[in-house]
Amino acid sequence: MDRIPILKLGHALLVTIQVDMHDRLATALEEDLTSKIVAVGAKGVLIDISALEIVDSFMGRMLDNIAAVSRILDAETVVVGMRPAVAITLVELGLSLSGVKTALNVERGMALIQSRLEEFNADDED
Amino acid sequence: MPTTRTDRLDIRSSDDVVKVRQQTRTMAVEAGLSLVDQTKIITAASELARNTLDYGGGGEICLEVIHDGSRRGLRLTFEDRGPGIADLAQAMRDGFTTGSGLGLGLGGAKRLSNEFSIESKLGIGTKVTIARWKA
Amino acid sequence: MAANETTNALAELVRDNEKEILPEWLELQKRAGSLQTGRITEAELSQQSAEFLHLLRSGLAQGGGEVASSAYAPAREFLSNLSRSRALQGFSPTETATFVFSLKQPLFNSLNRDRRLAPAELARATWAFSILLDELGLLTFESFQKSREEVILRQQREITELSTPVVKLWDGILALPVIGTLDSERTQVVMENLLQHVVDDSAEIAIIDITGVPTVDTLTAQHLLKTVSAARLMGADCIISGIRPQIAQTIVHLGVELNVISKATLADAFAVALRRTNRAVTKVKSANGEDAKAKVASAEKGE
Repeated sequence: MDRIPILKLGHALLVTIQVDMHDRLATALEEDLTSKIVAVGAKGVLIDISALEIVDSFMGRMLDNIAAVSRILDAETVVVGMRPAVAITLVELGLSLSGVKTALNVERGMALIQSRLEEFNADDED
Repeated sequence: MPTTRTDRLDIRSSDDVVKVRQQTRTMAVEAGLSLVDQTKIITAASELARNTLDYGGGGEICLEVIHDGSRRGLRLTFEDRGPGIADLAQAMRDGFTTGSGLGLGLGGAKRLSNEFSIESKLGIGTKVTIARWKA
Repeated sequence: MAANETTNALAELVRDNEKEILPEWLELQKRAGSLQTGRITEAELSQQSAEFLHLLRSGLAQGGGEVASSAYAPAREFLSNLSRSRALQGFSPTETATFVFSLKQPLFNSLNRDRRLAPAELARATWAFSILLDELGLLTFESFQKSREEVILRQQREITELSTPVVKLWDGILALPVIGTLDSERTQVVMENLLQHVVDDSAEIAIIDITGVPTVDTLTAQHLLKTVSAARLMGADCIISGIRPQIAQTIVHLGVELNVISKATLADAFAVALRRTNRAVTKVKSANGEDAKAKVASAEKGE
């Protein structure tokens, strides 16, 4: 079965979803990310969905789950690049993804994670 | 209502759900729907196709580009021969599910469409029809 | 063919009696008030009437049994143009349809005066005329309606496009001053427009100013909230400013939870936006100080 690649950038994990995902692929991504967060001790997860043309309730729930699980594992999830039409549709569908942090693009998302890492490092030095 | 194109697809696996999305997109473009309207009906199609698969044990979708006089639109009909829905009002309510989902499928699909109708008979199956018109 | 004979006879009748039919028809139109509003002159009306009568006659002469046949194509086109221009001039539907319907009486009168027709023929001819004019009258109605709809549609589009400008206040800060009542359709356009600008300008903050919105109903409030939620999903924050006291009350009474940052004025919202993006507005030195510097600068140049 094909899987969505997860890149490691320092203390952050980067996932770019570029294909129209079927449900098993989404579930696999959720599992892969969870184990990888623990394996590399990631403090941030960046999910780029700028290529996605739709997000339905299944994918929405996947994003929510990833955010919730990573929070428990002390990592912050940022979803970046959601298209306007997708955002409008998701709101209409009734999903607000209130547990998920968002940013306009990868750069901004990275900055969010970076600022958290700096806090973390500052705490470490104490 | 006159139709200019009709297509049918089987919904038997989660790969078929992806195919339903892709075919819905193709025909939504053909019906001249705006980007937001395309996205809405594709998302609704995804929800309903998953319902057909998960709760109806599979079935089929009929996609039609329709027009009435001046406007054009896309109509989707999902049919399964599954167990049927006992309480439609309950099934339509957000947050209600007999499975493991979020319970947003039916209510969400209704909100994302201009027209929505559902028929269900216990032991016989369920049929959901939605339509989205070009604004 | 009987139908053909009838229409031929009618064509002859119109031709032979034009001198009586036209003034009688004009008189009837005038009596119905076609000229009262002053939107068209008597000369125009008489010219239009003469032209239509001529087109109708040539249609009849070509043996047109039905209005839809090609024999009446010029007459149909004339009528739709007439209806369109009258729709634009602000005629009422009745006034517009009167043009065709008031022709009935003069035509019937001239039929009755004509001694050449046997009673059976007369009945057939009357019926044929009646049907023909009814259909033409309906055609008038339809084109009138269509033109009005076109006008309304165009105006709607113009209003929606004109009234939703998204302005850039600063790098990454957008403002949307909404003016007028927000109905569902317009809100949707406004929302899409704003969100697209958020992407295009990579805006972190969008201010929706509703100072110019007279009332907000439940649906509108919900649309506003949806916009805010959608913007958040994309990674941008929304601030709503300029909520009038009545609107604030309405929102509370409606039970809509406006779970967003709201500020009294656009200026307050802008100040928040600047702070959020790590910027500050500070006063520069007094004007005198500036002048003094400028003087020094020019003096140095002069040396």
